[in-house]
Amino acid sequence: MNTTWSRFNIVSLVIGFAFLYLPIVLLVVFSFNESRLVTVWAGFSTKWYVSLFNNKSFIDAAWVTIRVGLISATFATILGTLGALALTRYTRFRGRMLFSAMIYAPLVMPEVITGLSLLLLFVAIGFDRGIWTVTLAHITFTMCFVAVVVQSRLVTFDRSLEEAAMDLGATPVTTFFKVTLPVIMPAVVSGWMLAFTLSLDDLVISSFTSGPGATTLPMRIYSQVRLGVTPEINAACTILIAVVAVGVVIASIANKRREVQKARDEQAAARH
Amino acid sequence: MQKLIASVVSRLVISVPYLWMLIFFLIPFIIVFKISLSQVTMAIPPYTPTIDVWAGWQGLINSVSQFSWDNYTFLGSDPLYVKAYLSSVIIAAISTFLTLLVGYPIAYGMARAPATVRSTLLMLVILPFWTSFLIRVYAWIGILKPEGLLNQFLLWANVIHTPLNILNTNTAVLIGIVYSYLPFLVLPIYSTLEKMDYSLVEAAEDLGCPPITAFWKITFPLSLPGVVAGCFLVFIPAVGEFVIPDLLGGSETLMIGKTLWNEFSANRDWPLSSAVAVVLLALLVVPIVLFQRSEAKAQESEK
Repeated sequence: MNTTWSRFNIVSLVIGFAFLYLPIVLLVVFSFNESRLVTVWAGFSTKWYVSLFNNKSFIDAAWVTIRVGLISATFATILGTLGALALTRYTRFRGRMLFSAMIYAPLVMPEVITGLSLLLLFVAIGFDRGIWTVTLAHITFTMCFVAVVVQSRLVTFDRSLEEAAMDLGATPVTTFFKVTLPVIMPAVVSGWMLAFTLSLDDLVISSFTSGPGATTLPMRIYSQVRLGVTPEINAACTILIAVVAVGVVIASIANKRREVQKARDEQAAARH
Repeated sequence: MQKLIASVVSRLVISVPYLWMLIFFLIPFIIVFKISLSQVTMAIPPYTPTIDVWAGWQGLINSVSQFSWDNYTFLGSDPLYVKAYLSSVIIAAISTFLTLLVGYPIAYGMARAPATVRSTLLMLVILPFWTSFLIRVYAWIGILKPEGLLNQFLLWANVIHTPLNILNTNTAVLIGIVYSYLPFLVLPIYSTLEKMDYSLVEAAEDLGCPPITAFWKITFPLSLPGVVAGCFLVFIPAVGEFVIPDLLGGSETLMIGKTLWNEFSANRDWPLSSAVAVVLLALLVVPIVLFQRSEAKAQESEK
C-alpha cells in the first residue's frame, strides 16, 4: 500500500492507542499508591507488593497457575502442531470437516459453555476435580490456538524441501524433525507462548473445572475483586502484566535477531 | 516399508489430535445435552437420571424413558430467560458495531503508516491481547466508579458538576466489551487492508472521485473479508460473556452467560444450566459455522 499518512490516520491511531493503553497504565500507576484508595494519589510506595508477597494464598495460587501453564502449554503445543499438520498435509480423510470445525469452534466458543461441558464430562467419568482437570481443560482450548498459529506458517511452507529429504532416503519422521520442524519453529514457539499466556489468564474455564486446592491466580484475583478494589490486586495485576510483557518483548527481539542473522547469511551466500 | 511407515505416521498425526478433540470437546457437548433432559435432585451428582453403564440395556432404556423436555419448556415460559437471551444478543450486536467504529480507523491508520513503523504498531495492538482479560476489565472499575478517575477528570475539567453513574450499568458493559475485544477486530481488518492494492484508490481519485466516495466504493468493499471475520470474533464470544457483565454490569444487565453461571454455582441446578447452554449454542451455531467457513476459505486461499 502506498504510504500517504494523513492527519486523520495519525489522530485516529493516537486516540486508539490511548484508549488501549491508558487503563493499563493507570492500573500500574495506582499499584504504587501509598493510600488504600485506588483512585486518589497519596504518594509513592511499594508496600502493596510487600503485603502481596506475604500473602500465602496469592503465592500458592501463583504456583498452581505456573504449573498448569507450563504443562498445558507444552502438551497443547504438541497436539496443536499435530492438528495443524493434519489440516494442511492431509486434505482428504474421513471426518476432516468435523475435525476442522472442532479446531475453529473453540476459538469463538463462549467460555461458559466450554467450562460447563468439560466439568460435566469430568463428573460423568468420575474424575476428581483438581489441578489435573484444570490442566486437561487448558490443553483442550489452547491447542486450537496453537493449531491455527502453526497452520498459518505451514501453508506457506515449501514442500519441495521435504521431498528432497525423502528422495535422499530420509524417513518421514527424520524429515519432520530435521527439515520441517526447524522451519516452522518460530510459529511453534509463539504457539507455545500464546498457549501459556491463555492458560495464565483464564478465569471462567478454570473456575468450572477446578476443585479444592487448585485455585489459580485469576480465580484468586476475581474472588478478591468481588469484595472490593484494593491496591494489592493492582500490584498482583502489575506483576502479571510485567511477566507477559517481558516475555513478548524478548520473543520479538529474538525473532528480529534471527531475521537479521538470516539476511546476513543469505548475503554471505550470495557473495560466494 | 517406507510406504508402511508413512501411512502409520499419517494415521497417528491425524488420530491423536482428532481423538483428543472428540473426547474433550464433542463428547462433553453430548453429555451437556443429555443432562439438560434430566431433573435436578439433592444428590451427588445433582441430577437424575444418571446413566449407569453397568445396568445393561434395560437400565439404559429405563433412564432414557425418564428424560424430559421440562427444562426447555421452563426456559421458554419464563420471561427472565427469554429476556436474557435477547438482551445478550442486542448488547453483543451493539458492542460489535461500536468496536467496528473504533477499530476500523485504527486498522486503516496502521495500514497507511510508513512500513518502518508498521511492525511496531502491530506489536502495540497485539500486546494488550496478551494481557489478562480479567485485568483489563478490572482496570475499568477504578476508572468508571462514581469517585473514579473519569469522574474526577470530568469534574476537574468542569464538563460535569455531579459525578456520572457509569459503573454497574449497561454502558459500562458496552465499554468493557469494546475495550477487551478491540484487538480481535483490528487485526483481521489490518491484514486485509495491508494486502490491498492502493493504486486502485489513486486511480479513482485521479479520475475525479472524491476521497470519501473512493473509500466507500473501493477500500471498504475490499476490506470486507477482514471486517466479517473481525465481527464474528467479537460478536460470538460477547453473546456468552460472563466476566464483563459480572464485574462492570449492574442489576439491569441481563446476560445469559451470567445467568448460566448463577444457575450453576448459586442454585446448583445443573440440568437447567445445561439447557441454558444448549439453547445458547443453538443460537450461536449459525454464526460459528459461518466463521469456520470463512476462516477455512482464507487458509485455502493462502496456499
